[in-house]
Amino acid sequence: MASGDKLALDIVTIERKVWEDDGIDLVLIPGIEGEMGVLPNHAPVLTALRPGVVKIKKGDNEEFFAVGGGFVDVNPKKVVILAQTAEHSEEIDLERAEAAYQRAKKVMEEEPDTSIGPSLTARAALARHEARLKVVRRRRGGTGGVPHRQQ
Amino acid sequence: MASAREILGRIKSVQNIGQVTRAMEAVSASKMRKAQERTEASREYADKAREVLAHLASQSGASHAHELLQGREPVKRVGIVLITPDRGFVGGLVSNILRKTMRFMEQNTGVEYKLITVGKKGRTFMRRYGPEIIGDFDNPGDDVTEGDARGISQAVTSAFFNGELDAVYLAYAKFVNLMQQDAVVRQLLPLGLEDLSEGAGPMSHGSAPYEIEPGPEEVLDSLLPTLVDMQVYQAITESLASEHSARMVAMRAATDNAKELAEDLRLTYNKARQAAITNEILDIAGGAEALAQADG
Repeated sequence: MASGDKLALDIVTIERKVWEDDGIDLVLIPGIEGEMGVLPNHAPVLTALRPGVVKIKKGDNEEFFAVGGGFVDVNPKKVVILAQTAEHSEEIDLERAEAAYQRAKKVMEEEPDTSIGPSLTARAALARHEARLKVVRRRRGGTGGVPHRQQ
Repeated sequence: MASAREILGRIKSVQNIGQVTRAMEAVSASKMRKAQERTEASREYADKAREVLAHLASQSGASHAHELLQGREPVKRVGIVLITPDRGFVGGLVSNILRKTMRFMEQNTGVEYKLITVGKKGRTFMRRYGPEIIGDFDNPGDDVTEGDARGISQAVTSAFFNGELDAVYLAYAKFVNLMQQDAVVRQLLPLGLEDLSEGAGPMSHGSAPYEIEPGPEEVLDSLLPTLVDMQVYQAITESLASEHSARMVAMRAATDNAKELAEDLRLTYNKARQAAITNEILDIAGGAEALAQADG
């Protein structure tokens, strides 16, 4: 990328605009087909997102967001993330995220794996809560790994 | 005429009521602003989603075959999501929504209507006078989240998918301005592609070929349900703004009435007081006169 090239990024949800910045160097997006790194002058892409972590880099600063699915519209100069839910790492409370994650895990385990519908919902909820936890741990300088392994 | 003391008591209570309504007016004003901001805040998502939708629709002819876009013939069972406030003191707002909804249902006699109520006022009325209620949600109120809307939209979408409903409408109070809230009944499902992409600009990058991952259909599959959520969410935030502005206006009128009433009562009180004083003077004068005559 040519030096001085920057990327504009909007993260919007139905409820609000979560983030807006027009001087981004790199954004990592959890695309449905896999992790996607977007630099300025990326070819136009429209893709669905899976629940996961969005990471943006601006100079030496990094910001993390937990998103719960949605879409992204990538253009050479601008990236717009339309997320079902999106939270900045600073907005997430560790204890509550942890509790929500455990609840989602329990629902997932208790649910019989027979019908596809509900399990999908449970799986999506689990993925969403896992992403939130990852984001909040990253902020505290943790490894970002799945939490309860080191209890 | 009531005694002066009684009138004083009434003045006091009218003034108290005026204070309460004034406070309610102020509370409603600030809640209305918040609800308006929420509606405003979701507009950005709405615009962008419309843009993406218009683009996808132009990309794949198959998009028209999506189940959420597919109209059914004949339409036999229609669901109405009726969004009303939980509380009164909103002037004619609730009855306007209910009247509009009842009229809408009277238009087509060959259709079976079913209701999904959101909010107490509509539920109470429809239980008694309306058709079957197949779903009932609490009005999420001022802290409405996208998740609340999703619960409602998932319920109606699955009823639509399994054939329980052939079409779904939203009935709510559209916020026009502080003085005007229009009761509307608007189609939600099947989604009208033309309505949705109306006014959508071209994708930010113009005509350059877009890569769509995994493919237009898959993206459409996950986009369409969020458009349903979005419309339900916006209907809820709009009806909140309507509710609060209607209440604000009603409370302002009540405050004005209380002021007027207190002034009228004050006049009556003054007259009563004056009359009492006059009577007392007459008594004293009469008494003195009688004494003077007895002495003389």
